[in-house]
Amino acid sequence: MSTSENVDSHHDSGHPTAKQYVLIGIILTLITMLEVAVFYVEALRSVFAVIFLGLSAVKFAIVAFYYMHLKFDHTLFSAFFFVGLFLAGSIVMALMAILGAF
Amino acid sequence: MATHSTTVKGISERVTYTGLMSWLTTVDHKRIGVLYGFTAMFFFLVGGLEATVIRMQLFSPGLTLVTPGMYNSLFTMHALTMIFLAVMPLGAAFFNFIIPLQIGARDVAFPRLNAFSYWVFLFGALLLNGGWLINAVPDVGWFAYAPLTANEYSGFGTNFFILGLLVLGVSSVAAACNFIVTILNMRAPGMTLMRMPVFVWMTLIISLLLVFAFPVLTVGLIELLLQRFYDMQFFTVSQGGEPILWQHLFWIFGHPEVYILILPAMGIISDIIPTFAKKPLFGYGFVVGSGVAIAFLSFAVWAHHMFTTGLSALTLSVFSGATMLIAIPTGVKVLNWMATLWRGSLDLRTPMLFSIGFIATFVVGGLSGVIHASPPVDTQQQDTYFIVAHIHYVLFGGSIMGIFAGIYYWFPKVTGRMMNETLGKLHFWLFFIGINLTFGPMHLVGILGMPRRIYTYPSGMGWTFLNQIETIGVFIIIIGMIAFLFNYIRSARNGEFAGNDPWDGRTLEWTIPSPPPEYNFATIPVVRSREPLWDTKHPELGDNLPSDFGTSDNVDTNSIHMPNASYWPLVTGVGVGLGGALFLVNPILGVIGILITTVGVYAWSFEPAAPEGH
Amino acid sequence: MQHTEASEQQNTDHANTTKLNMRKLLMWVFLGSDCLFFGAFIATYMLYRNSSLVGPYPQEILSIPVTSASTFILLTSSLAMVLALTAFQRGNTSAARFWLFSTAFLGCTFLGFQVFEFYTFVEEGLTPQTNLFGATFFTLTGFHGFHVMLGVIWLFSLLGVSMTRGIPAEKSLDVELAGLYWHFVDIVWIVIFTVVYLLSSLPSASSH
Repeated sequence: MSTSENVDSHHDSGHPTAKQYVLIGIILTLITMLEVAVFYVEALRSVFAVIFLGLSAVKFAIVAFYYMHLKFDHTLFSAFFFVGLFLAGSIVMALMAILGAF
Repeated sequence: MATHSTTVKGISERVTYTGLMSWLTTVDHKRIGVLYGFTAMFFFLVGGLEATVIRMQLFSPGLTLVTPGMYNSLFTMHALTMIFLAVMPLGAAFFNFIIPLQIGARDVAFPRLNAFSYWVFLFGALLLNGGWLINAVPDVGWFAYAPLTANEYSGFGTNFFILGLLVLGVSSVAAACNFIVTILNMRAPGMTLMRMPVFVWMTLIISLLLVFAFPVLTVGLIELLLQRFYDMQFFTVSQGGEPILWQHLFWIFGHPEVYILILPAMGIISDIIPTFAKKPLFGYGFVVGSGVAIAFLSFAVWAHHMFTTGLSALTLSVFSGATMLIAIPTGVKVLNWMATLWRGSLDLRTPMLFSIGFIATFVVGGLSGVIHASPPVDTQQQDTYFIVAHIHYVLFGGSIMGIFAGIYYWFPKVTGRMMNETLGKLHFWLFFIGINLTFGPMHLVGILGMPRRIYTYPSGMGWTFLNQIETIGVFIIIIGMIAFLFNYIRSARNGEFAGNDPWDGRTLEWTIPSPPPEYNFATIPVVRSREPLWDTKHPELGDNLPSDFGTSDNVDTNSIHMPNASYWPLVTGVGVGLGGALFLVNPILGVIGILITTVGVYAWSFEPAAPEGH
Repeated sequence: MQHTEASEQQNTDHANTTKLNMRKLLMWVFLGSDCLFFGAFIATYMLYRNSSLVGPYPQEILSIPVTSASTFILLTSSLAMVLALTAFQRGNTSAARFWLFSTAFLGCTFLGFQVFEFYTFVEEGLTPQTNLFGATFFTLTGFHGFHVMLGVIWLFSLLGVSMTRGIPAEKSLDVELAGLYWHFVDIVWIVIFTVVYLLSSLPSASSH
């Protein structure tokens, strides 16, 4: 499970330290602040969906992979979670498509 | 079933009870399986009675055996009972009793959660039927379409529908989670996923379907409840709502649900056919793989139940295509069963008869299913008896036949005795003839235009004769059931002793005594092939390695760790069920249920699952 | 039967084909299932986003500043949770209790914000019965809040256990499981914040 991508390189033992968790927390806060700032920029309105969905996906991934430890744990845990997520997302999209929301 | 009051010597006392308390506090998967089985069989009879009255009412035009309102309740409850209170829990009975035995385990992963699932099922079943007591039975069809379910158009019975299914959902999802962890984590050493019996695979698959599909129904039910109790207009057109949303939410659950109903039966016969053909299952990988494919696809076809609701051409095409696609893995399974039978040394005793009968009748149901995968064709067939024919061929000719195959197959393991073959064969033939007589003509009468869910019909439509045949068929089925019940009761008391392996079986459950001791396996087996028992008995027949079963000679079975009995699952279950029931009386009273549930959960959490030193 | 390897936290769960802890696997299966629960409520919300026949409408009544604050609080509570778990795993009891308490306290604060928001909306004329926005909004955020409340109760219960029997490092799985649930609830809020609040200003594409 050790890939060396991403914002922080931690895992000496495959486990972030308290300091790194705090750093992650700060990053999450900054992203949220960014989202709120963008919200007030009228000019970006046409790309709101892309920006907000993109940024929240990043936050989502950070919490899932680091706080919930999925990055360092067995893939089976991720499988259950992401299958559920995929099904949920697909259902939302399918229903919106069928009922003419697009 | 003898009551046990074993204690574990040399280690802290294990908590056990005797008599009735032992049943109320059991966490033993075998007992829980028996509880599910008897409860489900009872409701199967209730659902059958409801069907019988329906068919008697339809015997001729213009009968008034029951009132139209009662008729609506009968077909609603018949379906709800058969689906949720008979077929699903009969499957659960087998999952509970058999799965740990087939994977070489001593119990499921969470024995108390398992007991909880049973009790919640029982209370949910009672709640769903609670309306009979106050003449407020659900009468809106088992799929309860909006806007009929709004307060203005339907009575209090709809509330029993909502709360009953909400409670049953808790039971099903809890059990499904339990079985997923059990199958993944408690297999005997050497039993890789691809060495598991097909029945275990199918159980894993339907458990995954349950955990992912049921929540969607739960949400629909909650929205309907909020609409009916708190005026939150989710499905009301005049408030901007969309009644069709209910149909979508319902069928997103409902379609995986029908695979949840059929896959266990397919798993059962995938175990029986090799045993009674004395050949390994042909194309095991394909049978398993098609089960997985069916599971995936089952989430992509739901709108085929809605072809006549005004969906766009694109939507119709996508769902039609996916529905036709799902026929392929189903067909693959059938071909593999046929290939297993081909040139097998066929033992045509009752379990095999039911299995082969399953294939025949299920295929008919599957074919009618493929037919209505085409939207233009379905436009004629929707809401006619053609659909009723399809449903019953796959659910009665499919699921129920498969379940009876399982009952006859595993009865010796559960009770230690054999059922009577003559009565078994009689049962089979009566069912086979009865099913075809009852549901076969429905294809025709449906094409001739007879709608579903009608209380009576006019003469001169060409429907009367066919309806009469169908009703007669029901009575043939009833006679078959009488033969079964008589056989079951007599054999349980006086049947010939079965021994460990009455069928010359292939899988682990036949390596242990019948009925199994509480701990199942004195020694956990070490598995080296897909058919561990068969390959160990017949090393000369192939290249498969024999497995190790150990003996019980050197094992101090008193020191085998077994979980404590507990009444907290029952208490917590009471909290859930009572909460649902009291909510119907007055929503505030639901708090009592919450309190009991909370007490139950805390006590359960702090109680040790097993004796100290474990 | 001795079993405990503190670093593995396997507890008394045995028989392990996948070598994964039973309860942890159960929790992940449950979380996968819960995704569908929230997904269906989010679908309902999205479908009815522009269907309300009368106001108040989302853009008029949702307060991004206030909700940003509550979002920040919930995110911070996740940090506190993860710090609590780390402390329990290291046997650092006083830090562990502090962070566990902080998580629960922040959770309560979030709930306080929710209650405040609900109360304000009702004052401003938005009830669950007013229109579809009211129905779907209160249901979605209400069930989320209910999940948070259950989480808070769980966390305070763990705190109680820690302060009485104690939760040693070998039993830190008990805290980890609560943590997984807590982070999930936070993740769902991330989705809700985006879909309900941030995207509230978007017009609808078409009618239905």
